[in-house]
Amino acid sequence: MSSLHILDFERPVVELESKIHELRRLSDSEDFNIADEVTKLQAKIDKQLKSAYTNLTAWQKTQIARHPDRPHSQDFINGLIDDFMPLAGDRAYAEDHALVGGIGRFRGQSVIAMGQEKGRDMASRMKHNFGMTRPEGYRKAIRLMEMADRFGLPVLTFVDTAGAYPGVGAEERGQAEAIARSIQTCLNLQVPMISTVIGEGGSGGAIAIAAANHVVMLEHAVYSVISPEGCASILWRDGEYNVDAANALKITAQDLQSLKVIDDIVEEPLGGAHRHPTQTIAALGDTIEKSLISLSGLGKTELKAHRREKFSAMGQEGLVG
Amino acid sequence: MNWLTSYVRPKISALVNRKDMPDNLWQKCGSCSQMIYQKELELNLNVCPHCDHHLRMPITARLEMLFDGGEYQCIELPQPAVDPLKFKDKKKYTDRLKEYQAKTSEKDAIKVAHGKIDGRMVVVAAFNFAFMGGSMGMAVGEGILAAAKLAVVQEAPLVTIPASGGARMQEGILSLMQMPRSIIAVDLVREAGLPYIVILTDPTTGGVTASFAMLGDIALAEPGAIIGFAGARVIKETIREELPEGFQRSEYLWDHGMVDMVVPRKQLKKKLGDLLDLLMSKKPKASVLQLADKSEPAELPPITKA
Repeated sequence: MSSLHILDFERPVVELESKIHELRRLSDSEDFNIADEVTKLQAKIDKQLKSAYTNLTAWQKTQIARHPDRPHSQDFINGLIDDFMPLAGDRAYAEDHALVGGIGRFRGQSVIAMGQEKGRDMASRMKHNFGMTRPEGYRKAIRLMEMADRFGLPVLTFVDTAGAYPGVGAEERGQAEAIARSIQTCLNLQVPMISTVIGEGGSGGAIAIAAANHVVMLEHAVYSVISPEGCASILWRDGEYNVDAANALKITAQDLQSLKVIDDIVEEPLGGAHRHPTQTIAALGDTIEKSLISLSGLGKTELKAHRREKFSAMGQEGLVG
Repeated sequence: MNWLTSYVRPKISALVNRKDMPDNLWQKCGSCSQMIYQKELELNLNVCPHCDHHLRMPITARLEMLFDGGEYQCIELPQPAVDPLKFKDKKKYTDRLKEYQAKTSEKDAIKVAHGKIDGRMVVVAAFNFAFMGGSMGMAVGEGILAAAKLAVVQEAPLVTIPASGGARMQEGILSLMQMPRSIIAVDLVREAGLPYIVILTDPTTGGVTASFAMLGDIALAEPGAIIGFAGARVIKETIREELPEGFQRSEYLWDHGMVDMVVPRKQLKKKLGDLLDLLMSKKPKASVLQLADKSEPAELPPITKA
């Protein structure tokens, strides 16, 4: 893990990890047995991680969800979709790299897969606009979903965005309309749609591609109507209250499952997806496969009706008990 | 603070400030800063008589203005789950709700009314900006859905009039879920082959704009209304540049192809009636048919050569 991105509550773990690293380095140059010491340290690390990761606050989860080493949409696509062919453009204005998408095979089945990509290094972050989609991105999503509908391909989306891009051009080109239309397209699909919040599910920018039959979240992902910082500055009139806001907003996967807003949680390996991306990607793959199987009994109109029923119940009397 | 100020004075002011004394007899126009006599403002549909600036309009006045003879019925809306998040910032959400309910005598930020506009049954879902900034939570979503269902049952067109700062944060993710929910409502009307018209008023922003409000078959906007997704302040902080003149105003949106018409409030009822007539009464009226059936053409103007 790159030392630049150490979360506060992970510091003791990182210190132990660097000790192991140091021991290994020493044992390379001098001849003495470190196995015992390493095992002891590793046990300590596991214990520390366990205690840190079993009682994460909503704010800590927000930090993990935004961790730059977490697997991103492109990683999930690379790991889960074979023969992936990226498709580009909204056929009206531009190609928005903040939303990557295309066609490929998921465990043998042709699918349309897409998601917001935040980028890794500075250059790719700039290219992907930090995962903040512009109207063109949503219009590309609409185009791909409509194509999926025509060809009977399931739609898989990966949600990872701080939110839709707030810019002059985005507003001028109809950011609101593009999001609205994208949600509408999700809702009317006659193919199975499965969305996973893999990191940050930021408000309208997230729901635009997440009005799905099954909505899944990774264990430490967050999904919210507004960022904790934004909420704190509006309601507490002080951005410093982000910890309180994160708690109050109920943004964790566990909260959202109890509010019946999401269907499934995919456990992350101990220490989070940023420590074990490959395992996380595989685990999500299994959940998506199960979801697809469970939806396979539904016909075209039933799939749409399923989505409609699910989302029109959100907020009904007696929903939350 | 002594007993005189904390006890006696409120008692006295309670005697003096009787309800029949309206709070503000005068209002200042937000655009030209002129003082406007409240009665005059109301008679002028909350449009500044000096500069034509469209001030925000109380929801009941708006409904009265739209329906024939000011007559309409509001439907009772189902009560959704209240505060499932047990949300608390500096204040409890439930206290905040009670406060606004007391202040506005309304249950939440939406009213669903039905009645006649130009003699035709229409269902209107109107936002009350005075109730927590017209923010969209579960009750509002419920209202839009109820309005859509009523429109379908009555085979009536649906008109929504948003006036909202966006999603209601205090309902967390459940407020976000009202975006797909309100879109389902719109789709019910669409699938029934009925017109859905939006009248965008000041302000329409955030999650409200990014859902049902931007999906009208026809979108009308009141002059000068702020309509957008992201708040101007957020955009300014992101791009660190001055925003263009008139940014996110109705006229700017019209210029960028986002709304069909910018309609002054005084013409709104007529425009809406005319549009609905064109959409709903597609065949020519009987009197027009008769004319067309005449074998002899009506008098034609003489053709003259220049």
